[in-house]
Amino acid sequence: MILDFLAAIGRGVREFVISLGFGTRTFFSVLGASGGLLRRLRLVTDQIHFIGNYSLVIIGVSGLFVGFVLGLQGYYTLNKYGSEQALGLLVALSLTRELGPVVTALLFAGRAGTSLTAEIGLMKAGEQLAAMEMMAVNPLQRVLAPRFWAGVIAMPILAAIFSAVGIIGGYIVGVLLIGVDEGAFWSQMQAGVDVWADIANGVLKSIVFGVAVTFIALYQGYEAKPTPEGVARATTRTVVIGSLTVLALDFLLTALMFNK
Amino acid sequence: MPNLVEIRDLYFAYGDRAILSGLEMDFPRGKVVAVMGGSGSGKTTILRLIGGQLTPSRGSIAVDGALTDFNDNAALYRMRRQMGMLFQHGALFTDLTVFENVAFPLREHSDLPEELLRDLVLMKLQAVGLRNAAQLKPAEISGGMARRVALARAVALDPQLIMYDEPFAGLDPISMGVAANLIRRLNDALGSTSILVSHDVHESFSIADYVYFLSQGRIVAHGTPQQMAASDDPYVKQFVHAEADGPVPFHYPGRSLAEDLGLGARA
Repeated sequence: MILDFLAAIGRGVREFVISLGFGTRTFFSVLGASGGLLRRLRLVTDQIHFIGNYSLVIIGVSGLFVGFVLGLQGYYTLNKYGSEQALGLLVALSLTRELGPVVTALLFAGRAGTSLTAEIGLMKAGEQLAAMEMMAVNPLQRVLAPRFWAGVIAMPILAAIFSAVGIIGGYIVGVLLIGVDEGAFWSQMQAGVDVWADIANGVLKSIVFGVAVTFIALYQGYEAKPTPEGVARATTRTVVIGSLTVLALDFLLTALMFNK
Repeated sequence: MPNLVEIRDLYFAYGDRAILSGLEMDFPRGKVVAVMGGSGSGKTTILRLIGGQLTPSRGSIAVDGALTDFNDNAALYRMRRQMGMLFQHGALFTDLTVFENVAFPLREHSDLPEELLRDLVLMKLQAVGLRNAAQLKPAEISGGMARRVALARAVALDPQLIMYDEPFAGLDPISMGVAANLIRRLNDALGSTSILVSHDVHESFSIADYVYFLSQGRIVAHGTPQQMAASDDPYVKQFVHAEADGPVPFHYPGRSLAEDLGLGARA
């Protein structure tokens, strides 16, 4: 009984280490297979269009509502201390430092990540990846690498759009509906947000999330069991592992970046 | 060298489960060789091994005089350029049109001008009778047509070796005849060598020059279709004449019916 339990733990750890090793090797293989893309940028731009453009609506709408809520909640709290003029600063810092990159990455995992996993998983199930190999075309280079770079490029752009739309949302609620002073809203934001410490760090975060979420989605699809059930499980894993990784990485990055 | 592909003492296993044991096979240049056997006899695995997608546990495969090095990825990709493979369900890229599917290997491996590429693709599609379906998506054509598109794609680079994985499975009799005819014609027109994995006796015998029979991962008989049709080997006889019981039992092995019904105990 106890032996079985110990054996199960051992097996679990071993499988985790093996999958970590496979994942790392695949990651470097994808990076290694990326060189040829410089000559065929079209493959990447097509994927940026597919991954980025189709995520725009969900990112835009979510950004707007998060901005609305930030405007409301921020106003209620700041109002207690009579400092509602700082609303613009609060909204902008919350979005550029945290909510922009994190919420975008979570939405991205759900919207684009799942579609990447399902697409590649079904390509595998339909023997399309095997067919590609037999045509002497490396699927890592032709299928995974362009999607990977498209995700890495699309994520910071989407996060920037999320934050920009969110700030407009905060402005609509705070200034237009509640009546916070417009001059204070923008000038406090301008004075208090630093282009390097806040915005660049936020962009850096979203690039890291882009690498993590896109690679997890691609890897799950590539390693999926080539059955309907296998693809379904892989898609679920993309969301679960992708989201948890984003949250864990966010904690790490925040601790490293904003430790003053 | 008269043989394009030579397999020597080949063993393959998934973990502890042996799939192929001690295969010795020759595939002479210019010939159509059929590999036949029941489902799960390891036929498709042979194609995957020749294509270098699986690594044998023992033995060797030589393609065009060169021993396949399964650890050298770059060499494997170079070797595959000389090969075309038709997958069982076609394995067409579902997001591309019929035209783009056939153009895919050409675009990947050459820098042909667009007009030349277009002419080449249309010629390949003409050969399989689907030139006018060029702009359709794989979802808009029938299974038999998809198989023909996949065939056009497999021969896009004029390969030396064409491998067919169950090209007749799930086709109606007309499409089956069309496919068989195409395989023979393409092989002769391109001067290539074909390996045909199938369990369809009639169509395979009608186009093959030589036949290998595989059962449980071993070669049980080989010869020309005529020799095989007249063979006394119990397995070949059962297979060729589609008999329900014989060396391949109808019942999944295990306990007897009497045991399961408890009849043994009462007797």
